Amino acid sequence: MLKVKLTIQRFNPETDAEPHYRTYTVEVEPTDRVLDALHAVKWYQDGTLTFRRSCAHGVCGSDAMRINGINRLACKTLIKQVGTDITVEPLLGFRIIKDLVVDLEPFFAQYRSVLPWLINDEPPPERERLQSPEERERYDETTKCILCAACTTSCPSFWANPEFVGPAAIVNAHRFLFDSRDRGAAERLARLNTRDGVWRCRTIFNCTRACPRDIPVTEAIAEVKKAILYGGPEQV
Amino acid sequence: MERYAPTLLDLAPRDVISRAMYLEIREGRGIDGRDYLHLDLTHLGAEVVLKKLPDITDFVRTYLGIDPVKELIPVQPTAHYAMGGIPTDVDGRVLLDEKNTPLPGFYAAGECACVSVHGANRLGTNSLVDILVFGRRAGRHMAAYVRSTDLPPLPERPAEPAREEIEAIRSRREGERLEPIRRELREAMMVHASVFRDAGGLTAMQKKLAELKERYRRVVVQDRGQRFNTELLDALALGYMLDISETVVASALARTESRGAHYREDYPKRDDANWLKHSLAFRRDGGVELRYKPVVITRFQPKERVY
Repeated sequence: MLKVKLTIQRFNPETDAEPHYRTYTVEVEPTDRVLDALHAVKWYQDGTLTFRRSCAHGVCGSDAMRINGINRLACKTLIKQVGTDITVEPLLGFRIIKDLVVDLEPFFAQYRSVLPWLINDEPPPERERLQSPEERERYDETTKCILCAACTTSCPSFWANPEFVGPAAIVNAHRFLFDSRDRGAAERLARLNTRDGVWRCRTIFNCTRACPRDIPVTEAIAEVKKAILYGGPEQV
Repeated sequence: MERYAPTLLDLAPRDVISRAMYLEIREGRGIDGRDYLHLDLTHLGAEVVLKKLPDITDFVRTYLGIDPVKELIPVQPTAHYAMGGIPTDVDGRVLLDEKNTPLPGFYAAGECACVSVHGANRLGTNSLVDILVFGRRAGRHMAAYVRSTDLPPLPERPAEPAREEIEAIRSRREGERLEPIRRELREAMMVHASVFRDAGGLTAMQKKLAELKERYRRVVVQDRGQRFNTELLDALALGYMLDISETVVASALARTESRGAHYREDYPKRDDANWLKHSLAFRRDGGVELRYKPVVITRFQPKERVY
């Protein structure tokens, strides 16, 4: 067992004027996750510590937070990767609801704005809308997004301008723009070709580094930019 | 797997695989005599492993530091999916009784629901049917229903029972915190009500549940805030987990046969004459009342499972 010092940013708007830091010491294994250390605090020391988590193995995207200054999933970061002196803070750029929980509604509003569903008004065929393995492969990477918000909240363009649609929404637009069965490209690209659309991306690559699913986010954004410039995803 | 499913081998259904793993471990053939086995993917080659099993590969690399292309993966059976649940019809409408009476305006879909497509043993990937087919059907039915009806009359102060339940926990000053109770529930259910069951274990589990429920009546939270109180949510959820565990154990104890993932060591054979029926659990005076409804057989006749 390892003794780990956890310094956690706390903020309860019911009682606190400002966020502050509190330090806890917990015993965990080096192969435990940072999430286990947070649970050790919540379950056995301080039940008021508040964070989101659900699946606990990097699939649901609930527990993205800043761990030693870097956006990561607490359930996908092992203690041995980050050492025994760990600082945990909420994602940047959104209102703090409580402790490590931020208000993600603006994030999901941006996500919804790119129409992240299959658009196709053609009469449905007798059976499935078929797609070749190559056509499916075209957007495989961007199907992996779990909407954890690690990318968007690591983006300096987003920090400077919260109206920026953000990398996560663009990734999800990409997932449908490059889907051979989709017919919604014109609508989506019109939304993304606005002041706060793709052009606020300055290719900083923070999003790509932050993604816990290893999606090549910046590359996907570049493809969407090209789709606008060249007049459609099929021209890219 | 030759010993357990001579034809299908490793591709046998997951209940068969789980029992095989459990037996091997129990008979002392776990790795180094311990409580796990090795899963070998090394014969598949890098391309197949990375292409077809990307998530498993990621889990194994992240949490175990093992490369599944070249190394063996330690595995053991675990609880994965609830095959029972809130009974619904094919439009997601919640059913109240064995006569399939729907409760108007109440819908369930997903893992919480039981449309009865999975029977006693859900096959791999079929959980998607719950959302893609029945989630959609429930949504469509709901949309049509709300268009066709007005708001029903509400009883006076309808939120009161829920508010009282929440406030009882939130305002309690002394008692036991929730995690020890939750942990003991988890561990005891794994021992007595998981892959193998028998009357002795299930009866012991009923006693354990009575003890845990007694302790739960005094559960206390440290977070008494009104905002995003996850400790309070966890405490409420623990109460529901105890209720659900009680229904699982009661119906498993009553069902003196083995069917799908329900395996009774004291009744290892399937008994269609007495048990080809769905169990329905009702809360009555703090206990569980079981009733049954017949299984509707259409295209596929039940037959012996030989793999």
